[in-house]
Formats: sequence, structure tokens, C-alpha cells
Amino acid sequence: MRIQKYYQDVVVMVLVMMVLSLSAVPAGAQGSTPSDDQVNEIARELYCPVCENIPLDTCGMEVCEQWRGVIRDKLSEGWTKEEIKAYFVSQYGDRVLGEPPRRGFNWLVYVVPPVVFVVGVYLLYKGFRSWKSQDDDRLLEAERAADQGNADEEYLSRVEEELRGRE
Amino acid sequence: MKKLLLWGGLTLLLVILGVSLLRSQQGQVGQGEKAPDFTLNTFDGTTYQLSDLRGKVVVVNFWASWCESCKPEAADLEQAWNMYKPRGDVIFLGVDYVDTEPEALAYLEEFGITYPNGPDLRTKISQAFRIRGVPETYVIDREGEIAHRQIGPFRSLDDILAVIDPVLEK
Repeated sequence: MRIQKYYQDVVVMVLVMMVLSLSAVPAGAQGSTPSDDQVNEIARELYCPVCENIPLDTCGMEVCEQWRGVIRDKLSEGWTKEEIKAYFVSQYGDRVLGEPPRRGFNWLVYVVPPVVFVVGVYLLYKGFRSWKSQDDDRLLEAERAADQGNADEEYLSRVEEELRGRE
Repeated sequence: MKKLLLWGGLTLLLVILGVSLLRSQQGQVGQGEKAPDFTLNTFDGTTYQLSDLRGKVVVVNFWASWCESCKPEAADLEQAWNMYKPRGDVIFLGVDYVDTEPEALAYLEEFGITYPNGPDLRTKISQAFRIRGVPETYVIDREGEIAHRQIGPFRSLDDILAVIDPVLEK
């Protein structure tokens, strides 16, 4: 009876420890300090409007350092990458993003270049075709002229032959 | 039909390029121009709409906590604010450009700034004024027109007063 009670206690203790260890994992992750790599993974997709065209992970200005600090804070609070990016957009606008969000006029950025490319290829194709047909026409004309030349020669030789016959 | 589409597309593209080029070539909002309307939500939760302040002289100062050249004028601006505040017809608004809130609040505390200040959310206000950097200060007259544009910091309190007083006398 005492041995059975002992085993019961052990099982309860093990279960309690398992529950405690499971509940401790997220708290530990949330509270831990994010590494520079984790911060830079998000920072490289953001651009500070002050130092244009320099991604946040490589920018050395004070404002960029402050922004990286914000990323670090948000990461340690358990925010996801998308949540952090959305926060920066809400604070500083779309231009902090490396890629413009696909909505409204921004679609032009994605649509216009391929359309221009396709139109360009089509125009080149049309141009080459018209040049080729012009070349073909010229060749045909030259052939016709050559044929005409041959016919003339034939005619002349026949005339000469007839003249010789009359002599 | 094909030709029409092609030319239509090319014209649209040229118009878009032209408009964006024109926009990028536009300079800053200048003296005598109507000041662009904006809404500023201050750090303490008050909302200011520029168009609601018609009849008052409004001093809009763009700054940031990371901006070294903003610091020398901060105390002078606060001093000027304290001088004009009792009149009731002048208001100073601080627009915090591309900044982080804890650092911005620390800056305001460091220089003892009491006039309304708020973040330039989504950089809408700075884009409307087409600012080139910080600090920049715009003095807007009672009719809502820009009476003075200060690029860079004010050098002294007298400089600030010399700009605001004539606008008040108008």
C-alpha cells in the first residue's frame, strides 16, 4: 500500500515538472535577448527614409541604430517579423519597405516593367520581320532583274543570229 | 485596335513618368504658398488640425531626437513659446520626424519642451511640406499661408522672435 502511494507521488511529481517545464519555454523565449543576426534578418528588409537606399542592417546612422533597438525590443516581446514590419509601416509609411506593398498605384511597379519588356520584344520582332521582308523583296527584285537580263541577252542573240542569216 | 492600345499604353506610361518627374522636381513648400493641411496627434493624445487653427499664427517645427543640429534651437523654441503662449494667438507645434517614441520623449524632457509635440505618422506631414531634412520650421500666418520658412536651426531666441513678430503685426 505504501509502495503504491510512493509511485503515485512520483508520477504526480513527474507530471507537475513536465507541465512546469512546458510552461517555462515560451516565457524563456520571450524574455531572451535576440541576437544581432535575428535583428538584422528583419532590418535588411527595412529602409530608413533618412538614409535612402541603405538597408537598415548596414546603415550606421543614429536613427538606424534606434530602429534596430526597436526591432530588438519587439522581438524580445515575442513579436513576429511580419508584425514588426507592419509596425514600422504604420509609423513611417510604406517607403520603409524594400518592396512596395502590392496595392493601389504600387501595382504599376510590378506591372509596367514586364509590359514594357513584352511590348519592346514585340516591336523588335515586328521590326526584324519588316526588315526581313524588305530584304526578301529586294532579293526577288534582283532575281527578276537578272531574269530580265537573261531574257534581253537571249533576245539580242536571236536578233544577231537573224541579221547574220540575212547577210 | 492593336495600334490604338499600343499608343494608349505608351501615352499612359509617359504621363505617369512625367507626373513622377514633376513631383520629384518640386521644391519645398515656399513662402506665400498655402500651408498643406495636416493632423498632428501629440504624444499626450491631443489632436491638432492645422485648418482649425486659422486666425492664429502657427509655428511648425520639424525635429528628431537623433538630429544633432536640432538640439541648439530646442531651448530657444521653448523660450519663445513661453513668451507667446499668454497671448493666445500663437501656437507652436513640434513634428517629430522618423523617430522612436522613447528617444523622442527623452529629448522633450531633456530640453523641457512643453508645447504640443507629436510623431509624424507615416511621414505624411513632412511629405506634405516636402521637407529636405531636420530641423525645418514653418511660420504660418493667420490666413494659413506660409510667412517664413527656416531651413536649418534658428541661431538664437532673437532670430525666432524676429521671424514671428512681423507675422503677428500683419
